[in-house]
Amino acid sequence: MKPFPWSTVAAALAVFVYGWILYRDPAVGSQMTNLFIFAILAIGLNVIVGSAGMFHLGIAALFGIGAYTTGILTVPANPFGCGFWFSLAASTLAATLAGTMIGAPLLRLRGDYFALVTLAFGEVVRFSLRNLEEITGGTRALNPIPPPALPGWLAHALGWIGIGSEFALEYRLFYWLDLGMLLAVAAVVWRIDDSWLGRRWRAVRDDELAAACLGINVARAKLSALALGSGLAGMAGSLYAFKITSTASPDAYDFNRSAIMLCAILVGGLGSVRGAVAGTFLVLGFDNLVAPWLDHYVQSWQLADDSPLLVFSNWRMLIFGALLIALMRFRPRGMLPGR
Amino acid sequence: MLEHILIGLANGSLFALIALGYTMVYGIVELINFAHGDVFMLGSALALTLVAAMGLENAATMAVGGGLLVLLAAAAAFCAAVNLLLYLVVYRPLRAAPRLAPLVSAIGASFVLMNLGLFWLGPADVSFPDLIPRTSLPGNGAAQFTLKDILVVSIAAPTMLALTALVKWTRFGKAMRATAQDPLAAQLVGIPVERVIAVTFALGGGLAGIASVTYSLYINTISYQMGFQNGLYAFTAAVLGGIGNLSGAMLGGLVIGLVRSLGSAYLGERWTSAAVFAILILVLVFRPQGLLGSRVREKV
Repeated sequence: MKPFPWSTVAAALAVFVYGWILYRDPAVGSQMTNLFIFAILAIGLNVIVGSAGMFHLGIAALFGIGAYTTGILTVPANPFGCGFWFSLAASTLAATLAGTMIGAPLLRLRGDYFALVTLAFGEVVRFSLRNLEEITGGTRALNPIPPPALPGWLAHALGWIGIGSEFALEYRLFYWLDLGMLLAVAAVVWRIDDSWLGRRWRAVRDDELAAACLGINVARAKLSALALGSGLAGMAGSLYAFKITSTASPDAYDFNRSAIMLCAILVGGLGSVRGAVAGTFLVLGFDNLVAPWLDHYVQSWQLADDSPLLVFSNWRMLIFGALLIALMRFRPRGMLPGR
Repeated sequence: MLEHILIGLANGSLFALIALGYTMVYGIVELINFAHGDVFMLGSALALTLVAAMGLENAATMAVGGGLLVLLAAAAAFCAAVNLLLYLVVYRPLRAAPRLAPLVSAIGASFVLMNLGLFWLGPADVSFPDLIPRTSLPGNGAAQFTLKDILVVSIAAPTMLALTALVKWTRFGKAMRATAQDPLAAQLVGIPVERVIAVTFALGGGLAGIASVTYSLYINTISYQMGFQNGLYAFTAAVLGGIGNLSGAMLGGLVIGLVRSLGSAYLGERWTSAAVFAILILVLVFRPQGLLGSRVREKV
């Protein structure tokens, strides 16, 4: 067992304290919270792609299944009225089941076929979310999702240090909640990655035949990685739905979302938790925080012609695409790859 | 019923043209050229620009006929060039890399081309001028058959026949088949494998260009996002027929066209896409070699 990576944790904490300074601006704080949630999604995807070597192109669908499970269980229009923790667990479970069920028949497929089936699965889920209007609300999505409620003693304690206890009014509650979830997920996955299970994943990834010859149950190893990764994606989806108090429209869970998450873990590094988190902060941080800021800045020049070339966000796909091409060419396992 | 079948066949021959590009490239380098759909989209963008530049919208019938030939030639040449460039810049440096690296690059290339399309066409759907009159041909009344359907079939069918002839009966076609079977052995017997691969990419792009002009004339709406969906349909067609297999891609295209038109008639328009992708999943899971393909053993 390798020593606990204190330096990485310290660096992460430094970033988050920095984020805490940033989050005095509610808009930035809210975006930071989204980044924590997407980091959980990235860690899940990285288990499947980085550790177990299965090229999954439909992670956004599992994220969406998590968000919609939460939506169905909590919106006032439905009679369920479930609470935060129950919905979170149910969403995680639903995505785990969906991800494993679609994965099970695919285990014997070659890498690129697996990629395309998961892509097609993502599209089928998106169309189903859009078309099953009686359940999912179609393009109108499900909302409002009621905020979680704090236990009385915690609300009291928070009031004492000057933080409100209403999730709807106090964005910092989500910030700390999702940061806490991210740290917990990172610690657990880091631990699993270093256990007998993680070693099996890497063995299967590096050479399926050799792993089978050593007595590793290849199918079970792959399924366990799929289950964990899908479950984390569903959990992230549930947190996302609570955070934005809506399931967002089905198009929020399209192929672009999957591809950007893939870009994030490829930039950060395959098969390592810190790579996934760093990649999310770089790629999605750029997308959600830096690009709008640059747009704003360019607009302030007051240029006369409003060419689409001058809107920075219009370049994002070109930048991500070029990034993917360059990464594959020069650093195919990312910046901070695991073993 | 008959009408839906006719529409499906016309649509399907378009998918077949695009699917041929996927299947040829896959057959020869085992790469899913994810950006192929976006090459197709850029062809439509070029066609739109050329129609405006030549003033075809208000031209006489004869001039429109000549203009169409120019459009087809220009789009084919342009898409061939784009696809060739993709190969040289993006894929060739990765020939020795693990199989998934080129796939990721292909997704990246697709994004880059889609972004270029966004700059070219703008964010919204663009309507393509209605150059072919929508008049129905005289018939027995049971089936509405328009000039457009004739146009699609009369462009797609000769193109596919020409391609089949090229692959079957020319020296280059023989070299292509040899390279697909075993690149190393082909090289050993003196086939210029590098050039064969490059020409295959160009050919696939050219077919996408011809398909893009036909599609634009037939559907009359283009957008920078059309490459992704139509590319996926075409890829499904290629897989359904047995990827790497030319006649399989044509058959698969027709089947997908029929599924789409019959599906929107009897299942509801909004479920057709989901149905096509469900077919893709089922085929890949239960019969990965497709309808016409033969099972290829995985090399260890």
